[in-house]
Amino acid sequence: MNPVEPNKVSSEMADKASAEWPLWEIFIRSKQGLDHKHAGSLHAADAQMAIENARDVYTRRMEGVSIWVVESKYIHASNPAEADALYDPANDKPYRHPTFYQLPDELKHM
Amino acid sequence: MKTTTLIDYTLHLADNALIIGHRNSEWCGHGPVLEQDIAISNIALDLIGQARNFYQYAAQLTGNGATEDSLAYLRDAIDYKNCLLAELPNGDWGQTVLRQFFFSTYQYFLYQSLQKSTDQQLAAIAEKALKEVTYHLRWSSEWVIRLGDGTDESKKRILQSIDELWSYTGEMFQPASYETLAVNDGFGVDLAPIKINWDEKIKSVLTEATLPIPTNVWMQSGGKEGKHTEHLGFILAEMQFLQRAYPGSEW
Repeated sequence: MNPVEPNKVSSEMADKASAEWPLWEIFIRSKQGLDHKHAGSLHAADAQMAIENARDVYTRRMEGVSIWVVESKYIHASNPAEADALYDPANDKPYRHPTFYQLPDELKHM
Repeated sequence: MKTTTLIDYTLHLADNALIIGHRNSEWCGHGPVLEQDIAISNIALDLIGQARNFYQYAAQLTGNGATEDSLAYLRDAIDYKNCLLAELPNGDWGQTVLRQFFFSTYQYFLYQSLQKSTDQQLAAIAEKALKEVTYHLRWSSEWVIRLGDGTDESKKRILQSIDELWSYTGEMFQPASYETLAVNDGFGVDLAPIKINWDEKIKSVLTEATLPIPTNVWMQSGGKEGKHTEHLGFILAEMQFLQRAYPGSEW
């Protein structure tokens, strides 16, 4: 049996793993929730391992009842530099909110 | 007489879970990657939790002020009834994973039967633990397949681990004196059918992992009757030091 030097081995292996294993984005649906919410990201060799890692990392304290994983490279994001053009124009258009309707008194739970 | 058998039988289940749980906990902070460090630590905690349930029951049966702590921290190696497999050193990641796979497969079929034990308490503990063990088995099987059917290096290492561990697998199915009595008393699990199921599962996973199944190997034994390898003494020295040096201390 080969003696293992845990510290040395683990830091080397960690570097190697993060270099070789792709990053995955993890989405968790809680018991009460209807939607999967982004929980964080982690490294895994494949989708199966990503789900199991997510189970161990993100659902240890009963946070969820369902897990989605997506390889991070498949997430496409809007460019923060374009935020002005993308989002500011909505700022002065309150008529897009459905707050101008008169609701009948009989209507509850709106 | 029946109580002595039940205590021994329960302690055997507790010791198995505690010792392999303790071994796995040695990985905490040293896992190959953060996610797997957490995974093996979770498994360690599951097993130590199972051990606590069994120890609490054994303490209740023992009486005379015995507690889960006195059973875990104040018994010597000769009183420990765990299988030798549980106390073997971790080796590399592959060896730890393979040991867990062999052991979880055993626990999986054992607890399935123990759920139907005539002893209500053992049955309830087994039912609760089985959910955890189902995951341990899934996790460890996948790692064995990944390493066996992986790179040349991972295959070489897991083959070495099979050589290292295989001769310790037979003991799980050789009934100790109290296991035979427990079967006669109706609350213990007959190990013969467990062995058949174990063989089948091991064969299917090793085959998928493109690994050979060892045959006709002489098997080690003794742990269940208190005859341990030198490794258990070191585990207990570390685990029991505080309670022995500062009796009754808490934090």
